[in-house]
Amino acid sequence: MWGILRRSAVDGGGFSASSLRRTRFSLVSARSYAAGSKEMTVRDALNSAIDEEMSADPKVFVMGEEVGQYQGAYKITKGLLEKYGPERVYDTPITEAGFTGIGVGAAYAGLKPVVEFMTFNFSMQAIDHIINSAAKSNYMSAGQINVPIAFRGPNGAAAGVGAQHSQCYAAWYASVPGLKVLAPYSAEDARGLLKAAIRDPDPVVFLENELLYGESFPISEEALDSSFCLPIGKAKIEREGKDVTITTFSKMVGFALKAAEKLAEEGIGAEVINLRSIRPLDRATINASVRKTSRLVTVEEGFPQHGVCAEICASVVEESFSYLDAPVARIAGADVPMPYAANLERLALPQVEDIVRAAKRACYRSK
Amino acid sequence: MAQHLKSSSKSILLNILRHNIGFSSPSHASRHLRHNLPHGPLSTRLAPNLITRYCNTMVDTLSSIGSHEDTNSQVMDFPGGKVAFTPEIHFISESNEERVPCYRVLDDNGQQLTNSQFVPVSKEIAVKMYSDMVTLQMMDNIFYEAQRQGRLSFYATAFGEEAINIASAAALSPDDVIFPQYREPGVLLWRGFTLQEFANQCFGNKSDYGKGRQMPVHYGSNKLNYFTVSATIATQLPNAVGAAYSLKMDGKDACAVTFFGDGGSSEGDFHAALNFAAVMEAPVLFICRNNGWAISTPTSDQFRSDGVVVKGRAYGIRSIRVDGNDALAMYSAVHEAREMAIRERRPILIEALTYRVGHHSTSDDSTRYRSADEIEWWNKARNPLSRFRTWVESNGWWSDETESDLRSRIKKEMLEAIRVAEKTEKPNLNHMFSDVYDVPPLNLREQELLVRQAIKSHPLDYPSDVPL
Repeated sequence: MWGILRRSAVDGGGFSASSLRRTRFSLVSARSYAAGSKEMTVRDALNSAIDEEMSADPKVFVMGEEVGQYQGAYKITKGLLEKYGPERVYDTPITEAGFTGIGVGAAYAGLKPVVEFMTFNFSMQAIDHIINSAAKSNYMSAGQINVPIAFRGPNGAAAGVGAQHSQCYAAWYASVPGLKVLAPYSAEDARGLLKAAIRDPDPVVFLENELLYGESFPISEEALDSSFCLPIGKAKIEREGKDVTITTFSKMVGFALKAAEKLAEEGIGAEVINLRSIRPLDRATINASVRKTSRLVTVEEGFPQHGVCAEICASVVEESFSYLDAPVARIAGADVPMPYAANLERLALPQVEDIVRAAKRACYRSK
Repeated sequence: MAQHLKSSSKSILLNILRHNIGFSSPSHASRHLRHNLPHGPLSTRLAPNLITRYCNTMVDTLSSIGSHEDTNSQVMDFPGGKVAFTPEIHFISESNEERVPCYRVLDDNGQQLTNSQFVPVSKEIAVKMYSDMVTLQMMDNIFYEAQRQGRLSFYATAFGEEAINIASAAALSPDDVIFPQYREPGVLLWRGFTLQEFANQCFGNKSDYGKGRQMPVHYGSNKLNYFTVSATIATQLPNAVGAAYSLKMDGKDACAVTFFGDGGSSEGDFHAALNFAAVMEAPVLFICRNNGWAISTPTSDQFRSDGVVVKGRAYGIRSIRVDGNDALAMYSAVHEAREMAIRERRPILIEALTYRVGHHSTSDDSTRYRSADEIEWWNKARNPLSRFRTWVESNGWWSDETESDLRSRIKKEMLEAIRVAEKTEKPNLNHMFSDVYDVPPLNLREQELLVRQAIKSHPLDYPSDVPL
């Protein structure tokens, strides 16, 4: 199994031309772990997680466009059709509304579908089923119908894919009671959270990131075990610090860690929190950190209004107001549909410099 | 992997393609890749599925074989199979000359038609069917009146569709999973839901299986395999296909059955579900109650096809049009459809023609968009109850006496059910927060504590009849 899972970032395939122009992040802090530890790409982490869950539970099955014969639009489901057959790795016609509704119906009847959206932008065509047929069913039926379904796929901006392929849906889904919303960053996050999502009896929205698929991360022996699972609703402190708290999720965690490096050079200790779980939000960890540092910078890729950052800001103001020494700063994507041109796209997304500047402003080191 | 397939499966594929040549009947052609493959338990069907799946990509590479054999004939391979060519420019008409005929067993007066084919019904079943139709009608009447008196907030009747409700339920097995729209409480009634249980849901009290979470008529029962009503139109169709797929994977002797109206057939979910069910070979019955009206929209404004039955063929689904007000015809059609769906693992579409005698709901006054005469005519002259009663009586299984006994018993039961349901306490406060997730998360437990604290400190601001 290891033979077909290990793969370099370049031949990962996928639709976007970005695979050729992808920048490799140098995860200095992550790589300072013990030498000799294994590494795994996020893609392999997701693939192995699905594989192990399918192997452990015959009720788990995968459905989506191109998941089978094509090996997955982004190769996340590579090898699964061969291993489990077409009844458990189901290539669907092009109808998000159709296959989402069907997945929910299969979950009603006791199966555990893992529904792939080619990107979460396409999930909008199925959002009625995600919210009205899946999220609310347990409540509306008073516990008679439960929906152990997981919806997964790439979310947020990729590189040069334009307005209709770049939106981040974390805020939309995380506002719905009845759903759980997860956003992994590293390979360990990807494995642990996807396994948790598939095993969870409630509907879970699992937001991946296309640009992270090819990224390699060190991974512990514990995380490689097939029973490994991360708890839903717990954030991870990626880097400890005492001067300013930076909360974020998904690809922005990498940016925040780089920003923390830069800030450390200027004597500012940033505590970087990887949210991992957008709903339920780990308010306890966030507030505990803010009470320690007294300053908060929240970062997300998505649109600023009514975003995840807004919720975190409100939570901190409600619970830790007297601990704040500076106004909360939100760094989010620009309030415009994502432009295509590379230079405009870069300006429309948060960059490391934006995070650094915001942190320094929070520390009153700059305007 | 593609290389491996080309060499080793090429001969299998050629054999299958050779069987294609010479097929003239459409039903054979539609099974062009399957006819000589075994229909067995899932494990033996995996390999054939793989071959089928990879077939389309191989047609291109083998098309050269096709053209060598057929240089002078009018047949050519395209992806999807062989088609004959024609030199005439001819558009398929938008509709047939004649509408699809409607299957019925009893005439308007309840007399059995002379050459009618139908599945025989025992005395026990026939009497239960008729009794349940009467019960459904009376239940609707009394709940409707209760709403008009202000005792219920809302109600939707199934007047005119009693035969569809009861006869379809009678033809199914208790293991068949039902995905209703909202006008099929008769299916629950047939399966044993009591008048008290209906009343509890309508009044949203402590004994409601729905814990007071939904409006009246949003019934659901896990025990009776009836999925809780979700008011969004036609969303239950793809859900039913998914459940059917699950039943197929488990090898159960059961199918999924889903109901929807003429209006529901316009929804995107209808098309996705039918197409998908055919491709997936899911054992599901799609029962359309074409009652002529979607609130105030008549079918002439809903679609321009010959009703809903003709849409089945567009998706490769076997379909039938039935007189929905004829209990025997409905029973037979659903009975046969169920057999086919399970045995042959295929979806079936049933269009039951009927008329919505009642208003869309208590929020509607249908005399504003249709004539009271029209409603009266359907209620009196084409009533499904009177037609079936005539047939049941002609067999000596019913009489005026049994009718009046039944009616007085149901009336008493209904009034008692309402009396009890009205008096029963509302659901407990903790049910506001339960079932959002499998296990209540921290934020909801905190919210509940906050609510309880607020009630304690401001008791006069909160209703006194909500048990804490």
